[in-house]
Amino acid sequence: MLKIKTADLPALYERIAQSQDLFLPVRSAGQTDFALWQKDAQVDLDTLKTVKSPKDVFFPQSETLYSCHREDGKLSVTPEELCDKPFVVFGMKACDVQGIAVLDKVFLSEPVDSYYAARRTHGTIVALACGRPETSCFCTVFGIDPAAPEGDVVTWMVDQWLYWDAKTDKGFALTDFLHDLFEPADESTVEQVKTAIRAIVKKLPYADLSLEGWGAQAADTRFDSPIWEQLYKPCLACGTCTFVCPTCQCYDIKDYDTGSGVQRYRCWDSCMYSDFTMMAHGNNRTSQMQRFRQRFMHKLAYFPANNDGVFSCVGCGRCVDKCPSHLNIVKVIKAFGKED
Amino acid sequence: MSEPMHECKYNPGFMRDTLIPQVGIITDIRTETPDVKTFRVNAPGGGKLFEHMPGQCAMVCAPGVGEAMFSITSSPTNKEYQEFSIKRCGQLTEHLHSLQPGDEIMVRGPYGNNFPVETELKGQNLLFIAGGIALAPLRSVINYVLDNRDNYGSIDILYGSRSADDLVQRKEIEEVWSKVPGVNIYLTIDREQAGWDGHVGFVPNYLKEIGFTTDKTAILCGPPIMIKFCLQALQEMGFSKEQVYTTLELRMKCGVGKCGRCNIGTKYVCKDGPVFRFDQVDELPNEY
Repeated sequence: MLKIKTADLPALYERIAQSQDLFLPVRSAGQTDFALWQKDAQVDLDTLKTVKSPKDVFFPQSETLYSCHREDGKLSVTPEELCDKPFVVFGMKACDVQGIAVLDKVFLSEPVDSYYAARRTHGTIVALACGRPETSCFCTVFGIDPAAPEGDVVTWMVDQWLYWDAKTDKGFALTDFLHDLFEPADESTVEQVKTAIRAIVKKLPYADLSLEGWGAQAADTRFDSPIWEQLYKPCLACGTCTFVCPTCQCYDIKDYDTGSGVQRYRCWDSCMYSDFTMMAHGNNRTSQMQRFRQRFMHKLAYFPANNDGVFSCVGCGRCVDKCPSHLNIVKVIKAFGKED
Repeated sequence: MSEPMHECKYNPGFMRDTLIPQVGIITDIRTETPDVKTFRVNAPGGGKLFEHMPGQCAMVCAPGVGEAMFSITSSPTNKEYQEFSIKRCGQLTEHLHSLQPGDEIMVRGPYGNNFPVETELKGQNLLFIAGGIALAPLRSVINYVLDNRDNYGSIDILYGSRSADDLVQRKEIEEVWSKVPGVNIYLTIDREQAGWDGHVGFVPNYLKEIGFTTDKTAILCGPPIMIKFCLQALQEMGFSKEQVYTTLELRMKCGVGKCGRCNIGTKYVCKDGPVFRFDQVDELPNEY
């Protein structure tokens, strides 16, 4: 275990940024999101939840897949270069790190998505334990410990110090690179902080949320429930929940006309949108109830059925905070809980 | 459940993503019906773009217009080229219909599973039932089976469409398929038409009239309403759902089970399908 004074963190950022890109929570235009570090960046480690999850560091909101050039009626295809430079994501919370583990199951399963895999290969995740979990948090429901995140390096903020613990080869390599900035630290301080965090988490309003009845078996038992019809009505189909979600990975592939061809790019999409499944010959989900049901059935039933029980929700609570109709996965889980 | 963070051991030597298409040249276009054309596609240097199995699909893209999944209608036993029979029914297909031989498109694939021609279907008597453009996916299987005739039993092909002008691959049906020993062809059209002396009536009714014995495996593709009544008719004849195969069709973007569009229940139609047996279809939530 190592530590560095929080006052010295700018030196640490600068050192990392000398050799690689550094993404971390930056306050800009009144809100905090992960962004590329620059000297004048207003780094914000106090805000617990960034508005968007940091998934876009690995799975950008929009990215070019290839360019297609047309000349004299002939087409040529040039794949986009894959990420080939190391980078660091600093300050990811336990829920968002698990969000990446969920995306891994999608994009790193065969056939591997090479764009995502290249970023995962080159990215080092420095996780930050949650000092003060908030009322909309419910990560522990999914077995996540906000006091001890996964990651290549795990850090804890204690008083005026950042405690630093490397966990993987990538984490050790980064630590070696920064070694002169650290001093040795005592594990017991961090253990006390972990205990304190876990005590807060136990008292959160959603701490006792039960996932009973969800998981693989729900794929058969909950699809036809009348509860969906009662629940979905406030849904505006705005897609905000899918865009702030750390695990939503549905995407669209579209063309950008370059004049002499196209750039074919993919961008985040949302299963909440009415044209998501629209084909020339029709649409298999014509009502918002069906689309609403699909999102939650996918996260709480289909995904675990296909991934050894792992849920595609990490309890970050962003949908709880951001839905304009106060509709969210907690409401869904609770509604089915009452039924049982 | 949370689990330990694995380091990504992805091989940086991996070069070409499955989302990247190849350029294909249209080398022939046959007008099958007023709204269906069959496009023959070759690699720019000649030959096929890739190998596939019967029932598999490919993404066909016209840059700037769109990209969609189409079943590959040619059989893998054809070593020269691949073919797609495409009905004009939307933006992309409208554009494809305007193309000429020599024009280039982009193709990626093959995607999805295939009809089990080398396993479950081998040695079986086969009953093909198709309506309209849905002959396209079955043609791949039929030609595969005919080119490996000794591996299969009797072959019955029941095919219907709105009118005689809407029968796809009519030339091949009459000049090739109907001349193969042990192959019975049953054609029907929905309504009487001058110059047509064959059967008139909907496919499900004709199916009941013929009344096949259950010592067969059926492969059924067509519009949803036709599928529904044909499946009922087959069950009345004593066929079990395990004896009947079909293909599902949903909106697709990636083709590899990641973009989320064709997800129903625990399946992704692009990856786990498009070929399903009806007992497998029954296990899916009813939203296909």
